[in-house]
Amino acid sequence: MLSRTRAAMRLVKGGTVEAAPSVQPADKSYRWFPPGTHITVRGLSKQFQGSVLYEDFDLDLPRGKVVSVFGPNGCGKSTIINMIAGLLPMDKGEVLFDGKTIDETRIGYVFQNYREALFPWLRAIDNIHYPLKLMGLSRKERNERVEKLLGRFQVKIDFNRYPYELSGGQQQTVSIMRSLVMEPEVLFLDEPFSALDYEMTLFMRDQMQKVFMETNTTMVIVSHDLEEAVYLADHVLLLTRRPTKIADFIEVPLPRPRSADTLSDPKFVEIKSRCLEIFRREAKLS
Amino acid sequence: MNKLLARLNPVIGVILLVLVWWIATLLQIADPVLLPPPQKAFKALVDGLVSGPLLHDFAQTIYRTVLAFLIASAIAIPLGVMLGAADKVYRSVEFVIDFFRSTPASAVFPLFLVLFGVGDKTKIAVAAFGSVLVILFNVAYGVMNARKTRVLAAKVMGANRFQVLKDVYFWESLPQTFIGMRNGISLALVIIVVAEMFIGSSDGIGYRLIEAQMLFEMPTMYAAIFAAGALGYGMNWIFLTIEKTFVHWGGK
Repeated sequence: MLSRTRAAMRLVKGGTVEAAPSVQPADKSYRWFPPGTHITVRGLSKQFQGSVLYEDFDLDLPRGKVVSVFGPNGCGKSTIINMIAGLLPMDKGEVLFDGKTIDETRIGYVFQNYREALFPWLRAIDNIHYPLKLMGLSRKERNERVEKLLGRFQVKIDFNRYPYELSGGQQQTVSIMRSLVMEPEVLFLDEPFSALDYEMTLFMRDQMQKVFMETNTTMVIVSHDLEEAVYLADHVLLLTRRPTKIADFIEVPLPRPRSADTLSDPKFVEIKSRCLEIFRREAKLS
Repeated sequence: MNKLLARLNPVIGVILLVLVWWIATLLQIADPVLLPPPQKAFKALVDGLVSGPLLHDFAQTIYRTVLAFLIASAIAIPLGVMLGAADKVYRSVEFVIDFFRSTPASAVFPLFLVLFGVGDKTKIAVAAFGSVLVILFNVAYGVMNARKTRVLAAKVMGANRFQVLKDVYFWESLPQTFIGMRNGISLALVIIVVAEMFIGSSDGIGYRLIEAQMLFEMPTMYAAIFAAGALGYGMNWIFLTIEKTFVHWGGK
């Protein structure tokens, strides 16, 4: 109850401040954010082995959109989403989801290394059941939810096998399903397809797109592949070298569902080359 | 011919050993009283098991060893998981654990005799003491080497500290726990057999050994040695079998 009141108060804090920048209070945590924002990051600072990675970093991520994070090596792409997702402590700053803290928010997270993220002592199906068990759902409720999810994915996987008996793509599919089954408010994906072969990657991209179109979950994807970053995203967040700032936040207004044809669409090519140009500029700096 | 050889391969060593032993007794290389021929020792083993006291000794040694091991596991596994998960706490007690792990368990016999008196209690307590430290050490390291990704995955899904311990750390440490348990039960057997020799016993393989020695019944002594060996080997084998089915994901 207390935490809910706190969350509400924070919402009021953000909401009452008018859009005009001139009336912004000095306190940065009150700073204005655009309508439709889901995740607000304010004043985030992080040092890594003595060097500054993020200093007073602000970020607004829109609701119900897919945002790709892209930037030069070592700029802290994974670090930023890990801090937002609460996996990594930040030195300073505040992250709110709709005014709620991370503890009050249901999030999903898909790790790059599915082999080390799934539980090998549980069958694939029990891996998917696990987060629902943590939520305290009954066996019947769990089965209903899992059935619904399986129906949506329609992949040919023997879910009674153990993860190590499945192929890489199948394991990552199970991993994604495990993060989706609890119907998260935000889904984070850290280079989810980088350990898969190209064919599997293409298939998984389309799976992700399908999931997104059906659920409209806010998603944040770290990618090291620019084509993938643009293809999947509604917005591409381009980062600079460290100390990391936002280089640009580029909209990708291409209609969904996107397909292989999208990759050769002149608009797609244009956005991708714009991103590449910014990336080159930022990667060369310093 | 090749197939037959391949099938015999594992027992060739045994056959060779018995053969060398037999030839040695034939040539009378050693005093026949000290080294009786293999068939005599074998007969003593069978007689002892079927109609003699050896079966009872065997059962007593198993009982003491298994009881000591169970007590040790019941203490060491939960404690090891907790200590391993809080590695700062483990670091602060690591020296104590390492110190007593390196202390020969036989060195604490006199102390435990004072504490528990002469009898089964002391034997089991010393064996459990030695075993606890070996298991604890392995479990704690198994937990500390747990894949961080799995721990994070569980936390992100909303697991609280206890659930992370129970659902991730415990399982993650299981392969290492089994290594600890295997070493722990071997050590418990060693301690129990030694204790049966010297601490007021009236049965057990250790007692039978020392009695045979004093009565100069060499075939019985060899029989008891084989019984002890078979016991150690059998326990190890049982653990490996359980491990294979239980920790099926190990190394994958």
